[in-house]
This record gives sequence, C-alpha cells and structure tokens, in this order.
Amino acid sequence: MIRLVPRTDTAALLQVATPVMAVLATMLAGGILFAIMGYDPVAAIRTIFWDPLFGPASGYSRPQLLVKAAPLILIASGLAVGFRAGIWNIGAEGQYIIGAIAGAAVALAAYPAPEMWIFPAMVIAGAAGGWAWGMIPALLRNWFGASEILVSLMLVYVAQRIAAWMAFGPMKNPEGFGMPGSRNLQQYPAASNPELIAGTGAHWGVVAALVAILATWFLMSRHIRGFHIRAAGIAPRAARFAGVKPETLVAFCLGLSGALAGMAGLFEVAGPAGQITDQVGVGYGFTAIIVAFLGRLHPVGILLAGLLLALTYIGGELAQLTLNLPAATVQVFQGMLLFFLLGFDLLTRFRITRRVTA
Amino acid sequence: MIDPVALFLLLLSASTPILFAALGELVVERAGVLNLGVEGMMITGALAGFAAAYHTGNPFLGFAGAALAGALIALPFAVLTQFLLSNQVASGLALTLFGLGLAALFGKPMEGVKAPAMSPGPLGLNWIVWLGLLMVPAIWWFLNRSRAGLILRGVGENHDAAHALGYDVRRVRIAAIAFGGAMAGIGGAFISISTVLQWTEGMTAGAGWIALAIVVFSNWTAPGVLAGAWLFGGVTVLQLRLQAAGVRVPVQLLSMAPYLATIIVLVAISARQKFSRRAGGTAPGSLGQDFHALR
Repeated sequence: MIRLVPRTDTAALLQVATPVMAVLATMLAGGILFAIMGYDPVAAIRTIFWDPLFGPASGYSRPQLLVKAAPLILIASGLAVGFRAGIWNIGAEGQYIIGAIAGAAVALAAYPAPEMWIFPAMVIAGAAGGWAWGMIPALLRNWFGASEILVSLMLVYVAQRIAAWMAFGPMKNPEGFGMPGSRNLQQYPAASNPELIAGTGAHWGVVAALVAILATWFLMSRHIRGFHIRAAGIAPRAARFAGVKPETLVAFCLGLSGALAGMAGLFEVAGPAGQITDQVGVGYGFTAIIVAFLGRLHPVGILLAGLLLALTYIGGELAQLTLNLPAATVQVFQGMLLFFLLGFDLLTRFRITRRVTA
Repeated sequence: MIDPVALFLLLLSASTPILFAALGELVVERAGVLNLGVEGMMITGALAGFAAAYHTGNPFLGFAGAALAGALIALPFAVLTQFLLSNQVASGLALTLFGLGLAALFGKPMEGVKAPAMSPGPLGLNWIVWLGLLMVPAIWWFLNRSRAGLILRGVGENHDAAHALGYDVRRVRIAAIAFGGAMAGIGGAFISISTVLQWTEGMTAGAGWIALAIVVFSNWTAPGVLAGAWLFGGVTVLQLRLQAAGVRVPVQLLSMAPYLATIIVLVAISARQKFSRRAGGTAPGSLGQDFHALR
C-alpha cells in the first residue's frame, strides 16, 4: 500500500528537478502522439526542440526565440506574483489586448508626428490599459466578492470583440483600401518598436521582460509587500491577523499583472505584429500561465520556462513547414506539459512511502 | 412582429449547451470539486460528437460519443486532483488548454463537412433540448431525494466527516467528475451537431466559462441552473435578433452581450451571497479543497 506523507522540508533539488521531468515526460508522450498520428516521432521532437537552435535554419529562428519569449516572460512574471497569493488572474490575454489597443491609440492619434515622446507615451498607455482591465476583476472581487477567475476570463472575450471592432471600425487604416486593420506601426518610426541589436530579435519588450524579472525578484524576496503576498498564499488567516489586507493584495496583484500584460501587448503591436487586427490576441496570455507554473512562480524559473515555451512556438512553426505537422500541435504540447508538471509536483509536497498494513 | 412562442423555442435551443455543461458542473461542485476545465471538455465533446455523428450518420450516436469523450478527457483532471492532490484551479485550466489544443489538432479533417440531419422531437424541438429539460428535475431529485445524492453532498460539504463515516470520497468525486465531463461533452456536441451544423476550431467560444458562472448564479441548485441558462439563452437570442434587425450598433459590440451579462449577473449574485447572512445558499463547504486521508 503506497502512502503519501506531507513533506516538512523544502526538497530544494526536487523543486528544480520536477519541471525538467515534466518536460521529458511531455516529449515522450508527445512522441507517442506523433507516432499515432503517423509522423516520425524522433524527427518531430528534434524539429521542435533542437532544430530552431542548432538546425540548418537556426540563423533565422534563433532571434525569434527572444521575440516570442519576451511577452511570455513579461506576462508570466506578473501572473506569478498573484498566483503566489492565491489570486488567479486568468485573463492576461484580455489585458494584453487592451494594452495593445491603448498603446496603439496613442500612436494613431499622434500620427504622423515625429516626436521622441510618442513611443514612451505608448508604453505608459499600454501599461495603463492593461492595468485598468485588470482592475475590473480586482474591484468586482473586493466590492462584491465576484470570482476574479470568471470575471477576468469573461473580459478576454470582451477584449477580443473590442479589438475586432477597432480593426473594422475606429482604428481602420484610412489608407488601407478598405482592408480591416490599423495603420502598420512598423512603418511609423516614432511609434515603432524595432530590433535594438541587429540579428538578435531583441526589442524593447525584451528589455522590459528582463527588468520585470529583476523587479519581481526584488519584490518577492526583498520587499515587505512580497512577504505579505507569500504569507497570504501560505496562510491567509495568519496573514490577516498580522494586518495584511486581502483587498490591497487583490488590487495590487491584478493591477501589476494587468499592467505587465498590457505592456507586452503594446510591445507586440508596435513591433513584431505591427498593427491592430481582430487577431491581436495570439494566446500569449494563456501560455504565460503555463510559463509561470513551469518556472515554479520564481523569476529565474520563469525566465527559463519562457525561453522553453518560446522554443515550442518556433519549433512548432518549423515542424509545420518541414513535416507538415498541424499548428495545434504546440497547443497540445503546452497543455500536456502543464498536466505533467502538476502531476510531478506531488513529489515536492509529499514523501512517498510504503505503508505496512497492520 | 416577433412571435413570442417562436422566440421562446429559440431561447430553449440557445440555452441547451450551457444547461448541460452547467448541470454537470453543478454535480461536480456539489461533490466538492471545482473543475475549471468545462470549456475544454465542451470543445472535446463538440469535436468527438460531430465526428461520431458524421461517420455513423446517426446524430444520436454522435451525442453518445460526445458524452464518452467528455468523460474520458476529464480523467486526467480526476487523476491529478484526486490521486496526485494537484491544485484544482491549475488542473482545470490545464484541462481547458489541453482540450482546446487536442480538438484543434484532431479537428482538421472535420472542417468543411456537414452534420447528418436529426429528426425533430415533440413540438418540433430537438430531442436533446428535451433531454436537457428532463435532466433538471432528474438532477434535482438525485441531489435532494436520493441516498446517493445525499452521500455526494456530504462528500462535498465536509470530506473529512464523509471519510470518517466510511464513504469513499475519491470514488464519489471521480464519478462526479466523469459525469460532469459527459454532460459538458453533450453540451458541446449540441453546438456542433444541432446549432452550427459543422465543426470549427474554438466554436464553444467561452460557453464553458459561462456555465461555470451559472453554477455560482444558481446558488448550487438545479432549478437555479435552469434559470441561469435561460437568462443567457435569452440574452443570446435577443442579441442575434438585434443583429438581424440591423440595429446601428457594430456586430462586434452586440456579440459582447453574453459575456457582459455573465459578469453583471455574477456580480449581482456574489453581492447577494456576500451581504446576506442567511444560512444555505452558499457554496459547498469543501469546494476546491484537496482531500488527503491521513488515516
């Protein structure tokens, strides 16, 4: 008879080992899935995880790694703060979309002014847009006790429809020959978010992601607010007796993660995406949830997890081109990864022993 | 002039997917488990049901297949939360992401084909609509009048007490999770087989999340779920009517209505639950908590 005994130690080695085990298990299960679907499993796994970095076309795909990892890391570092406190912002995708729209609105209003302040103003607008969208579930939870999970998620669908409305209505490019979608910000120098160092893929979003990693690390391990957040997550009642106000934490965590997601959206729309379309949201907000968990809600872990998940995106695109693998493969991979990760997590929280039945 | 009877029939049809999914989730939550994977189970049911109906030519077999697929896809969630004691919120999300991905992956060959026609039931209404309406009193009776329902509620209200009385908490919960998956699967299949008549990626469009909100709205009762599902069916029909009537509001904004209505209703009901001190009408006591028997 197998028995689970709660751990009293922190199991530091397992904390690092279980995400790696989850990735390996996902590769294995993924390989089996590919074999069932009639693809060569070894070739598929190599195309997704190896070729983007070291394969023949890696010159093109390597810079893409930072492009894809930046939004994931930026969003996940904010989400992880809330998850630590048991505050579930599931709607980062919506905050990302609203941030992109708010930031682009500044650029489109200023067009074609060449001033230097335009891009910084867009970043602020993007963060403010995401913050405001995140504050809706925060306030509704604080005032009325409404579930932030459901409200933030519903607001994703609302944001998607606002984006579609913008692309077909108010933000439509007047010189776009009737095509939906805003002006392309890549062609508007004062508002664009270009590659900073040629050939690396690094744009301002990458810089922001690194700053976010450092800032959330400082917040969580050196600042009293971070201590409160961790306390509220581990022992909510004890934290309340110690004077931590849950309402403050809810507003702080949803506001912070919203602002970071909004910035991620802005960097994307001013850079790689270029314009507001009805497809602004590409799922980074949901994938970032996996990044946050895979990174064990720790800034350094999130950095590594963000790079890995970015790799699956690029590898998935490559596998689509070379092996004709369906685009949804990556989504399935990401879902499986989260399943395995949550499963292996058992090892960090419990010791597995054999019970001697009396 | 709009015929009110025709409108009501439309409402019944529009509310059916959410009714099934929310009734299933109601049973799951009454057993003390919060499964946020409803959306993933619905989309799986939508695809599996459609594929089964298409290949067999029989829509009823399609719905049976959808129920089976929904229950099967819920199993990883059951294993994670019941045996590996994983966080229910995260595991449910994983189920949704996994289900959406899996359906998109296997749905490619189903794109562009049509569902087999279904013969209408009494009053020209779909048989599945009738089945959904029948499930409301059935689940009410199960939860409030049957012995099995009493055990299920006991497990959800206080799993330690139920365990001490000798009930197998895990087995009850796994059965509830599988039932919830089957119901969500049928709900999803109603969208693909009976409403849209074809398969498209992401076609459930948040219906699973709305179903979760309706369970809160219902105060965890079967008649409450029916009221909630009708409310959303009503909003959806109204919104479509306004679109068809050519109201001068952009289509994209009109189509926000169901989601905004969900938020408004959720806020209203949460506020009532928060500010009233009446006993009853609250969430099951052990909802969302891990059960780990130390003895």
